[in-house]
Amino acid sequence: MKKLGALALAFLKIGAFTFGGGYAMIALLEHEFVGQKQWIGQEEFLDMVAIAESTPGPIAINAATYIGYRTAGFVGAAAATLSVCLPSFVIIYIISRFFDAFLELRYVAAAFRGIQVCVVYLIGSAGLKLLKGLKKSWWNAAIVLGVTGAMISCSLLAVQFSSIFYILLCAGLGLAAELVRRLKNRKEDAK
Amino acid sequence: MIYLRLFLTFLKIGAVSFGGGYAMIPLISEAVVSNGWMSESEFVSFIAVAESTPGPIAVNMATFIGSAQGGFLGSLLATFGVILPAFLILLLVVALFRNLLNHRPVQAVLSGVRPCVVALILATALTMGLRTLFGLQTIHGGLTFHGRELLILAVLVGVSFGVKRWRGKKPSPVLLILLSAVMGIALYA
Repeated sequence: MKKLGALALAFLKIGAFTFGGGYAMIALLEHEFVGQKQWIGQEEFLDMVAIAESTPGPIAINAATYIGYRTAGFVGAAAATLSVCLPSFVIIYIISRFFDAFLELRYVAAAFRGIQVCVVYLIGSAGLKLLKGLKKSWWNAAIVLGVTGAMISCSLLAVQFSSIFYILLCAGLGLAAELVRRLKNRKEDAK
Repeated sequence: MIYLRLFLTFLKIGAVSFGGGYAMIPLISEAVVSNGWMSESEFVSFIAVAESTPGPIAVNMATFIGSAQGGFLGSLLATFGVILPAFLILLLVVALFRNLLNHRPVQAVLSGVRPCVVALILATALTMGLRTLFGLQTIHGGLTFHGRELLILAVLVGVSFGVKRWRGKKPSPVLLILLSAVMGIALYA
């Protein structure tokens, strides 16, 4: 019970003080659960990060569910997930009540025209950072160029094509490539 | 019914978005614009708010759009929808398949999805950039240079690289958002 309380409190704190989304949260989680509380070992923590990055959904939620379950079972997972969302839920709910009226103020509207440029810059630099982290291979280059080109063309031609299909298509391509590799190996073994 | 629609829309987004908040932006943007919940420019403004308030970006967006469309219950359902797939999948993984990533088919799927997510984020930045900096919506629209926007971008790039040189670390997004807000007031008000 005491552990559950500490778990919820830790995730409340992390939810309230991490700016900039999931990746920023990883460092704080490590400090809290590997360094201070020592509830999770360094190696398992790295495995957890890899799983959180490779499964769908917000990274913070994935991490909270994993650490919560390892600390206090299902109840722990639920408590950690709810705790990590609660602060931003409350803050954004309050903001949402005033946002439209706020945007109509002259200086605020001007400020947001500047901020929109900044959003483009932030998304662009996040994309470039991820691009640098990808392994240099023909496969990755082909997918990045193909999908980026297709998305921009669709948007310029005003064709509706959901991003979900690109994700499913690329997942299918990955599986197909694996299948081809296996068939090739089998043929070589047969020789 | 708006509540069901909000829940299902965000459930779908939560179930297919790999790679965290930024990768969700194109998915959420499509859903929001096609349902007529928000204009493109309002959405971009809200990204800055989600970026400068604490917590996961996807949760912030779900809460905001849910609240704008369906009040308190709407924001609760949209937020619940976006976190539910992640929660259930992770529960399954941590309880039963902790060696999930060692399986070949999982690796194969990820080898396709990983570069795809990077492409989604880059394409989002590029299309948003074309629209904001050059007023280019579709191929039929003309290309115009938006001088003030280009100036703001140049300052942001300069400051980022300057700070990185000087302190070895890029400035925080919140700082850049504040800086561009000041420039926005100076240039447009």
